[in-house]
Amino acid sequence: MKQLEFERRHSAFWDSMESSLQLSSALEPELLSNFPKDYRRLCQHLAMAKSRRYAAGLITRLNGLVQQGYEALYGQSLNNRASIVEFLIYGFPASLRANATFLWIAAIVFVLPYAAIMIACMVNDQMIYSVIDAGNVRMVESMYDPDLGKLGRERQSDSDIQMFGFYIYNNIGIAFKCFATGIFLGVGSLFVLAFNGLHIGAVSGHLTALGYTETFYPFVIGHGSFELTAIVFSGAAGLMLGFSILAPGAHTRTRALQNAAKDAIKIMYGVFVMLLIAAFIEAFWSSSSTLPNAVKYVVGACLWVFVYYYCFFFAPNRVATYRSQDAA
Amino acid sequence: MKLDTVALVETPEGTDLHADLAGLVPRTLAYAIDLLIRVGIMCALGFLMLFLGEVGMGLYLIVFFVLEWWYPVLFEVYRGGQTLGKKVFNIKVVNEDLTPVALGPSLTRNLLRGADIFPLFYATGCISILMTERFQRLGDLAAGTIVVYCETELYDRTTIEQVEAVTPVHTMSEDQQIAFINFALNKGRMSNDRQQEIAEIVRPRMPLNTSNASDYVRGVGKWLLGAR
Repeated sequence: MKQLEFERRHSAFWDSMESSLQLSSALEPELLSNFPKDYRRLCQHLAMAKSRRYAAGLITRLNGLVQQGYEALYGQSLNNRASIVEFLIYGFPASLRANATFLWIAAIVFVLPYAAIMIACMVNDQMIYSVIDAGNVRMVESMYDPDLGKLGRERQSDSDIQMFGFYIYNNIGIAFKCFATGIFLGVGSLFVLAFNGLHIGAVSGHLTALGYTETFYPFVIGHGSFELTAIVFSGAAGLMLGFSILAPGAHTRTRALQNAAKDAIKIMYGVFVMLLIAAFIEAFWSSSSTLPNAVKYVVGACLWVFVYYYCFFFAPNRVATYRSQDAA
Repeated sequence: MKLDTVALVETPEGTDLHADLAGLVPRTLAYAIDLLIRVGIMCALGFLMLFLGEVGMGLYLIVFFVLEWWYPVLFEVYRGGQTLGKKVFNIKVVNEDLTPVALGPSLTRNLLRGADIFPLFYATGCISILMTERFQRLGDLAAGTIVVYCETELYDRTTIEQVEAVTPVHTMSEDQQIAFINFALNKGRMSNDRQQEIAEIVRPRMPLNTSNASDYVRGVGKWLLGAR
């Protein structure tokens, strides 16, 4: 069949397909029941046009129509709001619990340097200079010096907002990079985890040795639960990427990486939300100098319990079923 | 390794969908445009925020964060896979099966910019694009996404409606026939002079009294398409 004859016979059908695909979101039910059949016919036309080597323009048009039909038939519809909320409540802990090994590794790589340097800094007051330069040490000391009369972080609400912006930009950026660099066989994540462990551990040990405990610990206990945990989670998510490339198992490396990324990104959604909460607490609660320390300790402790209960113990059955449904 | 710039996807119906992959250069230029837009916004905003003091500084950093990490994600998910820069170059991000990207893959490929950018100027990403079969940077590999050209080759039949069908005087091979047909249908952006120039190539095989070479070739194409 010549191309023009082919077009003459079918162009009305193509036009109708084109117009129905354009409003595909509002496909009529009766139209919908015919759609798979029409779509298969369209596929057949494309195959014929290709094998008969019709002109490129016609093939492009049919290819475009088939592609739109393919999306309409097989494409995933964007999740509705209810399932997003459901994911945040159940899906995030489900992904965490399924990857506990990576969480343990990330936690150890963060906590060991933290503990080691903290003890070292408490024993030797010069030790901090091996991790942090003198200018920054002085700044940290002045921030928490109780003798300065006011808490170094004491601020007006204006600067609360400034710090909120800083925590979002800086902390979430660190977590995202900690995750991303995990693709280099996990090395990037391990480095970021250990580096931050050393840095934070050195500050904690040094300030404890100086006896600034009454200013430092009430400040960090509130947001630490969300912030430090989320950094460890992001490192674990990065390690998942790296490990999938190191040991892809039965898949190709690319496929293994994609499978790992699908799971890891669910952890990163949660990390993002946790760090938003942490930034909010750090900027508007932790820095408050009007709250008594006892209140900060109690609330801070409750937040630690809440974070770990939610991530690892909350609704075990519901979370497990969410994961199996998700996999199906 | 097979070198080809076409991504083929087989549908369950047994037909192949095809899309043209976008390479390093259009993607870099598109990124440069996005970068300029973001820097422009930050400069304008930075000037405004000077008047807002510390609150302004906080808001500035939040906007900076959103532009750095979420600008591409929001455009890719809600604007058909195209950031403004990609729109200029007529390319878009799609899943490997050519369906539109959802939040998960888009976030994956954009968070992994943190790895592609390593150590400087997207060196890792560029190497990855140059070395992979489907021009994917690390973020694309992990998310299962590719960057393709939006279809533009529109089917323009007006070009053959202006000419009369001409019966060819020689037998032609299949490839020759296809060349004539494609010339007849694809006016594209070629100037009239260029079209004449191309058509003149077959002058030795035209009837001697032919005046307009491109009309002749187009006429033969029309005849081959089935017009009489």
